[in-house]
Parts: sequence; C-alpha cells; structure tokens
Amino acid sequence: MKLNRESKLLIGLGAAVGILLIKLFNIQIIDDKYKMDAANNSMVYTTIYPTRGIIYDRNGKILVGNQVAYDLMVTPREVTEFDTLALARVLEVTPDFIRTKMKEYTKNRKSIGWQSVVMLRKLPQETYMRFSEIAYRFPGFKGQARSIREYPYNAGGNLLGYVSEVDKKYLERHPGEYKAGDYAGKTGLEAAREKELRGEKGHTIWLRNSRNRIESRYKDGEMDKEAVPGKNIVTTIDAELQNYGQKLMRNKVGSLVAIEPSTGEILAMVSSPGINVDILSDIGKHYSKIAKNPYKPMFNRAVQAPYPPGSVFKLVNALIALQEGIITPRTEYPCSMGYHFGNGKYKVGCHSHDSPVDLDFSIMTSCNAYYCYVFRELLENGKYGNVGESLDKWREYVASFGFGHKLGSDFPAELGGFIPTSEYYDRYYGKKRWKATAVISMAIGQGEIGCTPLHLANLCATIANRGHYYIPHIVKDSEGVEIDPKYHEKNYTLVDTVHFHKIINGMYKAVNSDFGSGATASIAAVPGLEICGKTGTAQNPHGDDHSVFACFAPRENPKIAVVAYIENGGFGASYAAPIASLLTEMYLNHEISPERKDLEHRMISANLMHKVKAK
Amino acid sequence: MRELNGNRGRGLQSIDWKLVIYYLLLVLIGWVNIYASVQTDEPTSIFDLGCRSGMQFIWIVTALGMAAVILFLINPRIYEGFSLPIYLIVLFLLVAVIFLGVEIKGSKSWFDLGFFNFQPAEVSKISTSLLLATVMSQLGYKINRMRDFLITAAIILVPMMVIIMESETGLSLVYVGFIFMLYREGLSGWLIFLLGMAILTFVLTMSTSVFTTILVLLAITSFCIFLYSGWFKPWFIICLPAIVLLAFVPSILEALSTTTIPAEGAEGVATEVLHPFWSKIKPTYILGGILAILIPVAGFFSFKSNNKFAQLAIIAFIAGIILVFSTDFIFNNVLQWHQRTRIEVLLGLKDDPTGIGYNVNQSKIAIGSGGFFGKGFLHGTQTAYGFVPEQSTDFIFCTIGEEWGFFGCAAVLLIYFLFIWRIIKDAEKSREAFTRIYGYCVACCLFMHLFINVGMTLGIMPVIGIPLPLVSYGGSSMWGFTALIFIFIALNRNENKYY
Repeated sequence: MKLNRESKLLIGLGAAVGILLIKLFNIQIIDDKYKMDAANNSMVYTTIYPTRGIIYDRNGKILVGNQVAYDLMVTPREVTEFDTLALARVLEVTPDFIRTKMKEYTKNRKSIGWQSVVMLRKLPQETYMRFSEIAYRFPGFKGQARSIREYPYNAGGNLLGYVSEVDKKYLERHPGEYKAGDYAGKTGLEAAREKELRGEKGHTIWLRNSRNRIESRYKDGEMDKEAVPGKNIVTTIDAELQNYGQKLMRNKVGSLVAIEPSTGEILAMVSSPGINVDILSDIGKHYSKIAKNPYKPMFNRAVQAPYPPGSVFKLVNALIALQEGIITPRTEYPCSMGYHFGNGKYKVGCHSHDSPVDLDFSIMTSCNAYYCYVFRELLENGKYGNVGESLDKWREYVASFGFGHKLGSDFPAELGGFIPTSEYYDRYYGKKRWKATAVISMAIGQGEIGCTPLHLANLCATIANRGHYYIPHIVKDSEGVEIDPKYHEKNYTLVDTVHFHKIINGMYKAVNSDFGSGATASIAAVPGLEICGKTGTAQNPHGDDHSVFACFAPRENPKIAVVAYIENGGFGASYAAPIASLLTEMYLNHEISPERKDLEHRMISANLMHKVKAK
Repeated sequence: MRELNGNRGRGLQSIDWKLVIYYLLLVLIGWVNIYASVQTDEPTSIFDLGCRSGMQFIWIVTALGMAAVILFLINPRIYEGFSLPIYLIVLFLLVAVIFLGVEIKGSKSWFDLGFFNFQPAEVSKISTSLLLATVMSQLGYKINRMRDFLITAAIILVPMMVIIMESETGLSLVYVGFIFMLYREGLSGWLIFLLGMAILTFVLTMSTSVFTTILVLLAITSFCIFLYSGWFKPWFIICLPAIVLLAFVPSILEALSTTTIPAEGAEGVATEVLHPFWSKIKPTYILGGILAILIPVAGFFSFKSNNKFAQLAIIAFIAGIILVFSTDFIFNNVLQWHQRTRIEVLLGLKDDPTGIGYNVNQSKIAIGSGGFFGKGFLHGTQTAYGFVPEQSTDFIFCTIGEEWGFFGCAAVLLIYFLFIWRIIKDAEKSREAFTRIYGYCVACCLFMHLFINVGMTLGIMPVIGIPLPLVSYGGSSMWGFTALIFIFIALNRNENKYY
C-alpha cells in the first residue's frame, strides 16, 4: 500500500501524540517515584528538639541543668501585612530592626522557601507571654520554646564548657549531623560529651494542602519521630569542693587540682582566672570580652600550661635513686649552702639548714645539694653505660609516672609536657659532648622539664597509692554512659611499692614537724589529718617564683591528693601549701577549723594579680 | 463587505465550527488552569485583574474580538497581496526589537508597550506562513527546483536566524516544523531524513564520542547504499562484522597503551605506564586511515557504475563527518550556556536535580503525582507552592497533569490532535493552494509548540521556553495564535462559501 504524503504526516502526528501519551502514562500511572517525591514536597517537618543531658557532680548535685527559653520564629512566606510598630513594641525592639529583618528575608526568599527562621533569640518569659496574647495578629510569626543551659553552682566553668549555636564552619566539620540554628557543645565537657548530651532530634510530619494550610498528620503520625533526650553525664567533680577551690584561687593565676587516688577521679580542677558559669549560658554576648582578657580565662591551665615542676620533682628522683639502689634512707650527703661543682666555679644554691642530709631531711627541707648528688650519681654510676644512656633510663622511670606524655585523661586539649632525652642534649651539645652537670638542674625539677599541674596531681596520687595511678578523669560511669575501661586500670610505675613509704615519711615530716625543725610546709599541717606534702618553688626567669605544693591525706588510705600551682606566688609555703591544705581540710572535714580561719581568710583575700605579667 | 451582507446566514454556516469549538475549549482549559496555578493562600476571583487569570481573561476577550474582526471584517483575499509587506514589516520589528526591546528572562525579544509586552516573534509565525503560502502557491512553483527551494528556505531561515539572535532559540525551533509542510508540498523525503540524521549526529557527538558517531554514520550510510543497490545480504556479511570489529578499537588501544605495574607492598599504589608507541595512536586515527582509503574507492566505483544514489550518499557522509567535528564548535560557541546545560541534562551528560534539571524534575513530580484522575481542581499541591517554575506560562501542562491526571492530559492532547488533524483535513480539501499551504503552516506551528512544550514538561525535550498554544498565560501568544488560526478559519470559510 502506497500512502500519500498527507496520510504519512497524519500518521506522524498520531505517533508524536502517542509518544507523549505513553510518557504521560508512564509518569502518572506506572511510576510511583513521582508520587512519593510529590508527597515529600508537600510534607512539612516540625522539629522536636530533645532536652540536652544534665551534668551532675559526684554527689548527684546538678552542675548543668536546663531551663526553657523562647525564640521568635518567622515563616516569611506566611507573613502578611502586619502592624510593625505593634510588633516592635511587644518584642521590645525598634521597628527598624523588624523592617531590616523582613527585607533580609525578602532578599533570601528563594533559599528560605517555606522554612521558618529565627528572628529573635531568648525572649524573656514575660515578653514571650505578651507576644503570645496578640500572636494571632501576626500570621507567620510564632514562638518556639527551647531549652537552654542553667548552672545552679558556680563550679567548674572551664571544665563544663559552653553550648552555642552552630556556625557555618561547625556545620561543615559535622556534615549531616546539625542544621543551622541547632546548638552544640563547643568547649569542655559539653564538647567532649556532645554525642551523649545532645540526644536525637525528632519530628512531626504534617501535610499541606494546595492552599498551604496544614491539613493533617502525615499517615496519622506513623512516620513521626520522637525526640530522644540526651544522656545525663555524671562527673567526678565535687561541686562544693570545686566551688571552694575557685574561692581560694580568686585573684590568683594558677591551678588547683584534687584527685581521689584510689580511683583517679578528679574531685576539683580550678584554673584561675576562669569563666564564671553565669556567663556560660549567654557566651555569645561575653565572648569578645573573654577573648580580650589578658589572663586568658578560657585557657585551662591545669591541663594546658607547661610549668617547671620545681622541688616537687625531687620526690621522683628520690624514688628512682631508691629503686636503683643508689641511696637508702640512711645515705647522707653534705650541703654547704648548695651543691658546688666544676672546681667550685658553679653551684646549685640551697638555703641554710643542718648538714649532712639524709632522705627524710632532704624532703623535709627540700635540700638542693642532696638531689644534685643523687642525680649525678644516677647518671654517672655507669650501670647503663654512659651519661646519655643513663639519662634515657632515668627518663623511662620518669615517664612511668605519667610525665612527658599525655596522661590520656578525658580532656581533649591535654598537654603532654616534656622530659628531655639524651638525643635532645646530643642535638644541643653534640653527641657525648655533655656531662651530668650540664643537666643537673633537672635534679631539682628545673631546667628542661615541663609538666602540667595535672601531671603533678597524678604524681601525688601515685605516691599516695604507693606506686600506681589511675588515669585522671572527670566523667564517671553512669546509666547509659560507660567510660573507657582504661580509666579503671592500674598503671604501675617502674619503682617498687616498698620504696614509697620511705619518701612518704619525709613528706609527712615536711608538713607535721614543728616550726624551727627546718620543715618547709608546717603551715599546711591540720591536726588529725596526717597530711603528707612537698613544697616547691619553681624558679621563674620572668618574675617572682611560682609557688607549688603537692600533698595527700590522710597518710594511710589517702582520700585526696591535691596540687596547687600558684604563678608568681613565691615560696611553696607562701600560697600553694596553705591553699592545698585548706582544700584538703575542707574535703575531709567539710569545714575549716577555727584556728585556721585566719589563714583561710588570708588566702581568699590575697590578690597576686599585680605580680603576674599578663600576656 | 458585499459577501458579508448578502450571505450572512450562509456565511455563518460556512465557518468550520469544529475548529472554533476546539479553539474555545483550549482557551477555556488554559484560563481555568492558569487560575489554578496561581492560587495560593487567599482565594481570589478568576476575574481578579490582580492575578494572572484575570489578565488572561482580558487577553481572551480581546483575542475573541480580534477573531471576530478577522472572520467578519477582513476580506481573506487581501492576505495574498499583502503578505510580502506584512512579512517585511514584521521582519523589521524582529530586528528592531534587538535594539529597542527590553530584556526578559535573558532574551531581547519583547517590546515594552506600557500596558503589556509585545513579542514580534509570535506574529512572525503568521507573516512567514502567509508569505510561504503566497510564494509557494504561485503558478509554476516547483519546490524541488533549486531557485524556488532557495527562496522558500530563505523565507523560513531569515526570521529564524533573527529570532536566534534575539536569544529565543525555543521559538526559532518552531520554524523547523515548516519542513513538514514542505514535505507535503513535494520536498524530497530524503531532505527530512538528512535533517534527522544531522540532529542524530549532533546528539551522538555530544553524548558519546567522535569515533562512535562516525562509526554509526558509516553504518547507516553503507546500509542505505547497499539497500538501494539491492545488496541486502552482503551488508550483513561484510559491513556489519567490520563495523562491529571497529567498535572495539578504542578498548583494544586502551589495553595496549597502558601497562599497569602492580602495587608493591600492602600500601603501594599501582602505577600506570603509557606505551611509547600505542599510546600515541588514537582510535580516530585508525578510523581516519580506513576512511581515507574507503571513501575514494567507494567514490570511484560509484562513478564507474554511475550510481547517483551512492554518490550523493558519500557526499552526505562527508558532510556528516564535517558536522561531527563542527558540532563541538557549535556546542561551545553557537549555543548559549543555559541551552548547552539544558541539552546536556536532557542527554544525561549532567545530573543535577537542583540545577537546570530541577525544573524538569519538579515538573515531572507535579505531573506524576496527578495519577489517573488527578487531585481535582485547585487541589494540586506541587504547582501551588511554587515548586514548579513558570507554572502559568511554559509549565502550565504541569497544573493540568497534577489536578486533572492522565485523564485530563489525554483529553487535552486529544483536543490538540483533533484540532491539528482537522486543520490538515480542511487544508487538504481547499481548492486554492494558498489556503492549503497556509493551513499546513498553521498545523506545523501548533504541532511544534505542542510537542516541544509538552515534551519539555515530561522531560523528553530540553527546557526551551515556548508556550503551549492558547493554554499558556500571555497576551502576545494568545493574540498570535488566535490570529494564526482564525486567518485559516476565514480562508477556509471563504473556500466553503464560493466553491
């Protein structure tokens, strides 16, 4: 059959319309994909925000709780003409503020679409109530309740950290987890435990009809998701003790760390100056002021500041020497106002006290010469080859106390500190071009050694435990939150338990001997508490020496190990020893004895800020 | 005037009322759906001049007035005489708008007349159709004669090119549809075939590679030559296997030119070393070499045997190869960025549901969600929220699809089908070539608009914004199509009255 051209064209027309019909049939009837997408298009998600987990102290007191705040939300597409002045009056903002905001939304209407955006944050409750009464006059505006953080105790601002709205960078670093307008923990515990604390957002799905009115729940709420509240966190902090520690450290720069030796739990950790909790919930307002503060209140000195340990470190050297058999408690060394070497050309100075000196007395009086002899002996006894190899062996011992590396605590920003190796000096002096005398200052905890107050507190806990420590930590096991099992493991030092009582004896005498006996820390003595301690006066080339004191109590079955490190505080006995002992007394006795009230008052009111060079 | 007064009753009967009814149905459907597509929060009246349905009502009323004028006041005989001046005036306007027009959505094709925007390109369809009808109905006109063909081609191509210069590539594409009219008027079918091949070449070059495209062209050309010469079997025995073998050349070369040195150790990375000789050989070189031998040989034999068809086919093949290499140039230099992207998305070269493809995806979602009977009038959710862009103009079909479902879409397509069918039938019945040719032009324009627009909303055509005739919102388009159609109805009525 031969078709004429008209028929061919008509057939072509039919075929073309047929193609369109087939495609239509496919999209509209066979393929379900488009119907589902359409449902997605017309579904409205209302987010249900979970309540953030509560942070408790070790005794069940709330350190960080929640309270309700109200945000004013706008859905620009739903906004009709409204009385700008009336809205401004009720919200207590200027009409211009609302006008600029509305202009901004008009400009970004494409990206906003049908979404709601936050116009005002944290309305006071009365403002919110007044707005609610006349909200019907402002379609498109609605209030949204949200929980914000609340801090019943002024305890541990630095430790707890703050929560704030996520910014663009944060969103980029956590893809898919957050949406603009969400809140997240940014520092401290809030950041470290963000995953547990935040909970899971839920949502209600609504269906819009063609008039953009919410018509019904989508599938009767079958697909809705309830918000899962955040998990509560129990910290090892004692709120009262922390608060007391902060009081003691007022107007001083430095750290105060208390650890429970039998568990490694941090009872209190003060970094001064710190952040007051009442500005935490509104950090945005205060942020620039904090950032400008020359004393860096955001900086957690207890775990981030590298300090020379000072005389407290003599305890470590004594223990190593005992283990190595270089000294016994009866070994004596002379001291004539210091340790002289290099044919009398050099010396490490010491204060005046009786001579010769044995172990107990060396700890009591903190004799420098004694430890120079001990340290030199350690490096030069030839047991491990040359000085360099001996130094590395010594370093191994020191590291077993937790020094020179991160302890592995649950502070994300913990500093590792520094203990030099022989390689370090080889690089500095040349291989085998240095002798024990070159590194002699490490005998007394000066020189290249750097450690954090947490390291020292851990040393103190290790001695209290007679040779082992638990990694210091701030979060306890609680319902739903399990901490890393490493925090329950004993870490043994390379020094045998038998040697510890020998130095503890000296530490006991350093605190509990009479005035005039040469003991350095008599001021820390509290009758009945059997505090054992060691003072330190860390030399500071930039100003007054740092005042250091490490102690634990009681002598048997210690309950608390405390380290106070007061920058520019002078002798260990001037500030660190009283402060640490007061904290110990408060923890063990829950009060300060009347005869020490004066000391307490003096410490709380002391102001050392003028001595500290702000950076 | 004389005819009108004297034959009023007969005059009305001689109108093809079916066409008028189809026209009115489409206009009504458009108006109602424009109302639905702009409905959001506050229900407004369909006559509310503040919204598009109200404005469309004005366009419809004025268009009907214009239809009456065309039908009852203007003597259809004047079109033939005035077609050239009209054509030239419109052409002048088309050029003028490039310099004097306002820019709307990236194209300079609109005159801003204050109360409404006027698009000369919509009128140009009418003037071109009229001039085509005039020229081609001349006594002695033979389309396959070179001079006549060139004149015809010029009449179509000149406005088409100007419209491309206005950045209205979509509207210019409609002119391609005139080829169906030319076919009806005796243009060789091979020309349409060649045009189809050119489009295929263009698409293949962009979506695959130069090598593949040339190979496909080779296969088709050789098949045509062999089929024409009656050597059906030899093609399958010799040519097909050879071409299939050639198809593997790229992968064979790939395998020869790279040697992979396996990774050393667990963390090593495997390294690839290029072969000094094989890596320099490209598949197109091999194909080029083969063709350099094959084409002269085939050419020689075709001349020797005086096989005209083979000669033309070889010339077409060479033209095809030139097209392949210039496609890249055309794609990168002639087409505009958004058109390029749209074509790429259509061909599946780019996949971006939020970018250019977003429109089509949303449009398909809206249509797809309609199901069989749709969501009902004013109950569409997709079009009402503004998920679908240009919902009252270029994407009006989405509203129909969502609210009236497959049933409604099929009905609308059926009306268009019957409408075009009827125009062709009427055109065929006319005794005057002028009416017939003009009728075919009208049918071609309607068909192109219909197919491109609906095809676009369904995702089988690139997103090129052209209106759905009589349905989409817009004064220019409404008036343009009304004039286009009613001039034909008037011509047809004239035929019925006097023959």
